Parts: sequence; structure tokens; C-alpha cells
Amino acid sequence: MKHIKTVETRNLCESAKKGGCGECQTSCQSACKTSCGIANQKCEKSDKEK
Amino acid sequence: MIHQYKSGGMNIVLDVCSGSVHAVDDVTYDMIAAYEDINNEASIKTKDTVFSELNVKYGTSKEELSEIYDEITELKDAGKLFVEDTYEDMAGELKARTSGVVKALCLHVAHTCNLNCSYCFASQGKFHGERALMSAEVGKRAMDFLVENSGTRHNLEVDFFGGEPLMNFDVVKEVVEYARSIEKQHNKNFRFTLTTNGVLIDDDVIEYANKEMSNVVLSLDGRKEVHDRFRVDYAGNGSWEKIVPKFQKLVKARGGKNYYMRGTFTHLNPDFLEDIKVMLDLGFRELSMEPVVCAKGDPMALTEEDLPIVYEQYEKLAELMLQKDKEGDPFTFYHYMIDLKGGPCIYKRISGCGSGTEYMAVTPWGDLFPCHQFVGDAAFKLGDIWNGVTAKDVQDDFASCNVYAREECKTCWARLYCAGGCAANAYHATGSVRGVYESGCKLFKKRLECAIMVEVARELR
Ligand code: SF4
Ligand code: SF4
Ligand code: SF4
Repeated sequence: MKHIKTVETRNLCESAKKGGCGECQTSCQSACKTSCGIANQKCEKSDKEK
Repeated sequence: MIHQYKSGGMNIVLDVCSGSVHAVDDVTYDMIAAYEDINNEASIKTKDTVFSELNVKYGTSKEELSEIYDEITELKDAGKLFVEDTYEDMAGELKARTSGVVKALCLHVAHTCNLNCSYCFASQGKFHGERALMSAEVGKRAMDFLVENSGTRHNLEVDFFGGEPLMNFDVVKEVVEYARSIEKQHNKNFRFTLTTNGVLIDDDVIEYANKEMSNVVLSLDGRKEVHDRFRVDYAGNGSWEKIVPKFQKLVKARGGKNYYMRGTFTHLNPDFLEDIKVMLDLGFRELSMEPVVCAKGDPMALTEEDLPIVYEQYEKLAELMLQKDKEGDPFTFYHYMIDLKGGPCIYKRISGCGSGTEYMAVTPWGDLFPCHQFVGDAAFKLGDIWNGVTAKDVQDDFASCNVYAREECKTCWARLYCAGGCAANAYHATGSVRGVYESGCKLFKKRLECAIMVEVARELR
């Protein structure tokens, strides 16, 4: 496309089909301890499984 | 729903529900803003009126405008723009799927501290109660409790927290040893984190932490004068001089394993970028800086007037990150770590922090609370590690927390990155765990814009 550059992102709609295993880290367990945000969490599922 | 903003010299468009991110030129940016109106019969805007407007503003020809319009439509058809929210109905599902599963515990091994930081939300580690140390027996039982309640979950997280956990280091070791002795037979993998103020770090601690802790969180506020204003010992002496060399030694020995320098900024240092720079100068590269959490009206609380300063700091921080990337000396900022390609699935994004359900805090006496920030508030006691959760009504309140349970969040563009915010902050600000802590939201959204901008800049470089 000439006017729009799309950055590769995880397709959230697709993730609804296979996600939800719960193996990933609990948000607050890491650095911050005073606020949440899940944007920076890693998904534990391998690419194949996604 | 889309969210568009200008940052770092770029025009960024986030398609909220698909998670797609686009960088566009100026005229496309405006066209995207008008696109839904053009296609809304109730609106007076039409393709013609919008094209004329943009032609006047940018001098773009009708043909080119038409081309832009088609590009937008193409993305819409591909499910990358203006995607409808179909998640609300799923919102309860993950929590339902995982209900009754506990996978992370915050162990309050020491409700006491060797520092006397005046901004400590735990009031010098005592959490508004008596000083206390957790016994090895309670710690081990907590590990059993976690294993028993973790269902099929393989990865279990345990955070040694306080007060200052190193004031009870022998128990930390005993608990770790015990957990390691039972993990294989139950097919579990424990991941430990240690949060420390650094005063008691010595070679033994360093060696141990590097062997057993998958993460260490080191409390340092940055500039010496900033750090020493609050982080003082009981005689009132600052702790900076004493701990910085210890942190440096620990981090050096860590050999690439995770750690975080974790600072707090307050009304007294809204210009926290200076503190981050000090951390960088000291050789630290994994950084986190958190706005202080305290009651409104507290002299340390961030004020409305601080917000523009803080926003600017976040922007400059993003620029600094990109610049350091270029210099080949990158660093991470916890809140700017965003994995656009991987990142959490939708369930995770709507179900929130898990406090009171999959995550709980354990007091030195073995009582269970929804998370470390609720410890000491008797109304929130969930039960204990011997009898499990007995206050089901309290737990239900937390179980029902998800991003669609809060009116403000339902329509917030940041909802799938925030997951509805911190229940503890919400409670302290509004009296309800299902409320919304507004100033927290403002900062969150600013950080998210910056984080996405950094990723886009890296991607397009
Ligand atoms: S590990 Fe990945 S798929 Fe599983 S719940 Fe977490 S984010 Fe979703
Ligand atoms: S930023 Fe605020 S309103 Fe938006 S999802 Fe988070 S808590 Fe809700
Ligand atoms: S309620 Fe807040 S402090 Fe507690 S675990 Fe959730 S995000 Fe963290």
C-alpha cells in the first residue's frame, strides 16, 4: 500500500480460538506491583500452537 | 473502534479489536478519521465533502484521495480496521475456565523492613499490623497449597516479597528447596522472584539469586537525592551509597537473567527521566519506574499539574530508547515492552490481573489476601493456606472483575492492553474494586501510546 504501512501484529480475533491456556505470567508478579497492564506479558504458547 | 494519535513524528492508527497497528501519512490520517462518518447515513459528511476538504487542506488530487479511500476499505475488509468488538461475551469465559485455579503467590516472608521509606504502601513492611516473619512451616505449606490448587497449570510463580524478604533469607531458601523437591513429582515448574531494597545483598545472596530466582526486582529510585529523600534507614540516613554497588555487582553476575531496577516517582520528581538516565549511567538496562500510589491529598501524590510534565517525560523516554537502540546500547523500560507480534491472547487481555483468583498474597501467618496491596485490610481476607478460600463472597467480587465489567473500560481504546486496571488502585480511589482509577488510566494510555510508537518506529526503520 502506498499510504498505509501496516505493522505485523498478533491477530486478536484469531487468538480467541486457541488462547486461554493460562500458562503465562500473572501481570503483577513481575516488576511493577502497583498497577496492571497485560500488554507487556509474554504468551507462553509456542508459535505453532497459536 | 480505532484510536489514532501522533507521536514521534508519526501518525499511528490502532485498530482496537483486531490489534492491528498502522502508520499512515497526514492525509490518510484525516481520511481514516472521517471514514466512518462517510459511511454513516446519519452523518452529513459524504465522500465528496471529505474529499473536497482534504483537497483544500493538502492539495491531494481526487484520484489520489480515491486511492487512499480504497486502501482503507481494503484494510477494513481484511479485518484490520474498524473491526467490531465481539469479545464482550467471552469476557467471563477465561475466568470461568480457570476458576478455582491458583497459579501465583506473593509470599510476604517478612513484614518488617530495614529501611523506613516514607512512601511505602506497606507502611515500612508492617502492612498496618505487627512486625512478623514467616516461618518455614508456613512457607512450605503455601507451596503445597499452590501445587494442590494449580490444576493442570505447569508454570507456578512465587514472589518473595515483604517488607524486606532478605530479612528472612533462611526461610526463603528453605521454601525454595522444598518447592524444588516437590515440583517434579507434580509436573510443575516453579519460577521465583525476589523483590529487595538491596541493603542485605552480599555474595551469598547474589549467588543464590542467580541460581534460583528467575527474576529479581531491585528498588532504586534513580538520582541519589531523590532516592535518599524517602529510602532512608531508621536513623534517617539515605541508602543510595550503600546499595548501588551491591545492585551493580548483582546485575553483573546475573549474566543475562531477568532483573528489574524498579523506581517510584512522586510529586517531588515528576521529571523522572533524569532518574532513568542515572540508572543507565550506573550500568542498568532493565528499568521500571512507577508512579507512586497514595491517597489523594498526600503531599507525594501526583497532581493534575504534574500530568503534562509526566506525559512529556514518557515521550522523551521513548525517544531516548530509540536513540539508544541506534547507538547499539539498548535498554528496556518495563511499560514499553510490548510484543505486537506475540503478546497475550484475547482471553488474557480481557480477564485482568487475576488478583483474588489465580493470584493471591500470603501473610506471614498464612492468611490469604487477593493480592499484596490488600494485605492488612481485614475485610479482604479470603481464607488461609490450610483451609483455602472461605470468604467466597469476597473472591466472587474479584472473579467478576474483567475489562467488560467496568463501564469506563468497555469503551476505552486501551482496554485490550490494560485489561481493566488495578483492582487495588480502583478500590483506594473509588471504594470499589470494580471502579476505575482515573489518573492511573491517563498515565496508562500515555505509556501505551509511547510503547506502540517505539515498536512502530523499530519496525519501520
Ligand atoms: S499463555 Fe498465551 S494463550 Fe495462554 S493464556 Fe497466556 S496469552 Fe493466552
Ligand atoms: S485505561 Fe482505564 S478505562 Fe481504560 S481499560 Fe484501563 S482501567 Fe479501563
Ligand atoms: S489488584 Fe493491582 S496490585 Fe493487585 S495484583 Fe492486580 S494489578 Fe497488581
